[in-house]
Amino acid sequence: MAERLLVEAVNDALHVEMERDSSVLVLGEDVGKLGGVFRATVGLQERFGADRCVDTPLAEAGILGTAVGLCMAGWRPVVEMQYDAFSYPALDQLINHVGRYRWRTRGMMSFPLTIRMPYGGGVRAPELHDDSPETYYVHTPGVKVAIPSTPADAKGLLAAAIRDEDPVVVLEPKLHYRSAKEDVPDGEHVVPLGRSRIAREGTDVTIVAYGAMVHVALAAAESLGHEASCEVLDLRSLKPLDEDGLLASVAKTGRVVVVQEAPRVCGFAAEVAAVLAERAIFDLRGPVVRVTGYDVPYPYWQLEDAYMPSESRVVDAVRRVLAA
Amino acid sequence: MSRVLPAEGDLRRVIGDGESVPDGEVDGLGADDLLSLYRNLVLLRTYDERSVIYHRQGRIGTYAIFWNHEAMQAGSVFALEDRDWIFPAYRESAIGLLRGMPVATVLSWWRGHPSGWWNPEEWGVASICVPIATQIPHAVGFAWGSALKGEDRVALALFGDGATSEGSFHEGATFAGVMKAPVVLFCNNNQWAISTPLSEQTAAATLADKAIGYGMPSLRVDGGDVLAVYEATREAVERARAGGGPTFIEAVTYRAAPHATADDPSIYVDAERVEEERENECVGRYERYLLRKGVLTDALALEIRGEALETLRAGIAQAEAEPPANVSLVFDHAYAEPPPSQAHDLAELRRILGG
Repeated sequence: MAERLLVEAVNDALHVEMERDSSVLVLGEDVGKLGGVFRATVGLQERFGADRCVDTPLAEAGILGTAVGLCMAGWRPVVEMQYDAFSYPALDQLINHVGRYRWRTRGMMSFPLTIRMPYGGGVRAPELHDDSPETYYVHTPGVKVAIPSTPADAKGLLAAAIRDEDPVVVLEPKLHYRSAKEDVPDGEHVVPLGRSRIAREGTDVTIVAYGAMVHVALAAAESLGHEASCEVLDLRSLKPLDEDGLLASVAKTGRVVVVQEAPRVCGFAAEVAAVLAERAIFDLRGPVVRVTGYDVPYPYWQLEDAYMPSESRVVDAVRRVLAA
Repeated sequence: MSRVLPAEGDLRRVIGDGESVPDGEVDGLGADDLLSLYRNLVLLRTYDERSVIYHRQGRIGTYAIFWNHEAMQAGSVFALEDRDWIFPAYRESAIGLLRGMPVATVLSWWRGHPSGWWNPEEWGVASICVPIATQIPHAVGFAWGSALKGEDRVALALFGDGATSEGSFHEGATFAGVMKAPVVLFCNNNQWAISTPLSEQTAAATLADKAIGYGMPSLRVDGGDVLAVYEATREAVERARAGGGPTFIEAVTYRAAPHATADDPSIYVDAERVEEERENECVGRYERYLLRKGVLTDALALEIRGEALETLRAGIAQAEAEPPANVSLVFDHAYAEPPPSQAHDLAELRRILGG
């Protein structure tokens, strides 16, 4: 066990998995010599060579498209998209091919590629360095999606993604790349996809969150203190979704607030609310309330704190749910 | 490093016209090879012509016609080894036949039956790519990835003139150049993207000139001349195997048939020009060449055409004899490990269908 920042845990996972499996290959913009703009891939090129940690042209569809071909040649590519919104040019490949190719071969070929990217706001960055694009990925058949909130999960979920036979998108909360050091298991560490984590136990209300919003949920739960006993459920993986874990928590509390940083309409919180409406309606003692980003472009960073779901907005939502 | 120059202006040709243009020859091709090429052309032509009929009979769905593209497909594939991979667009849907893929498999694809979806590893033929140009980065990644593993495998990506306007072409070609990928980018320039003529597709003087920007050599060839296509592709494949990286081939032809069975080209094409092109179509040109050379006789040509027709008859019968697909195939294979919700969805669907 060692104390590591979240970005160091990502780096550790890449080292461990590349050591373990010589078919794992990292590619992306500036991932080699520089070690990535966030230094997530630092040291990989020195350790594994320029053939296994590849600096690519600035072409996201080309990166993901060649990664599909690399799978056909027997590699397990780990693609870095430099920022959340920079991944949009690659949606063509993701939707048309990455999510469909296994099906297209009737399961006879696997496309075990991992797409990792920093996501989310709160970092005082220029436009399009702060998006939360998870819905696009979750909505794509054939693709799995994981979002860690802690250094240990960042390592374990990335390891699970790399080992998975299906394509997995891993969104890393860039706001928390360097926010705190936490214990991370040494060596091989795998957190299976599809298992949520109770980040804080409680009995009155379940706050469902993932990624950076887990920290907001925990802060809100803390500040509510004796007013309400809040359970914080960290989903960790959006697809597959741990419906059993979600239902178990809601069966206990009967009240739910779902927090997401992305815009509201058709966001993942809507999926959580729909699952609860279909499968837990008789456990619910009030409406499911969403706390989300607004349905506008992510704002100028001087206003981003007003846009981002905040501790006070979550506290407000919990109070409304308890009063219903 | 060799300099990258603009492509030759004239199209490379081997087959003459039987009058003023003399016939050439391609080194290294014996009579057996020449006849194999002819069989391949006839098989593709028969597949295409029968498919249009099968569509009209309601036996296959909408079909993308490749009439007069056979020389580009047969000629380029003839320059490959079996270990090399082909990355087809939908216009090359039947290119697997050249690798021994059953006719029934390809017909089943156009019938929308799961038995038409093959294993690329079995044939060295990637899945039919429907979205334009997006298979180009796959071919580049495969070629580059094979080279990284020290494997001697070349990739052949086939696409049309319209594809050269797509971002995927640009990004794939960029990667091919930078990674020195052993890949052949083979453009079937049939001068039409459904109703859009080449003049509205690009302001470039030739498509081959685009290759300069990617640092790769290019060449232009008569796409109706199977021997010229073969020779050009062989040169590109040799360069790729020798570590010389990618080549862009512009094969120029003319789409003398509708884009697909759902298309009505009479709205936009010049009927007289199409008639001219149809008279000069690629299978007939090669057939006359072989007759002039004494490699082929009318009797043998008839026999080869008869065999191809028989293969198609057996193929459609086999495709139509496929049992109805199991409804579980709606869900199977989307994931190696599907989310738990899929088992629930399948059970519910089965209950409702009463299966």
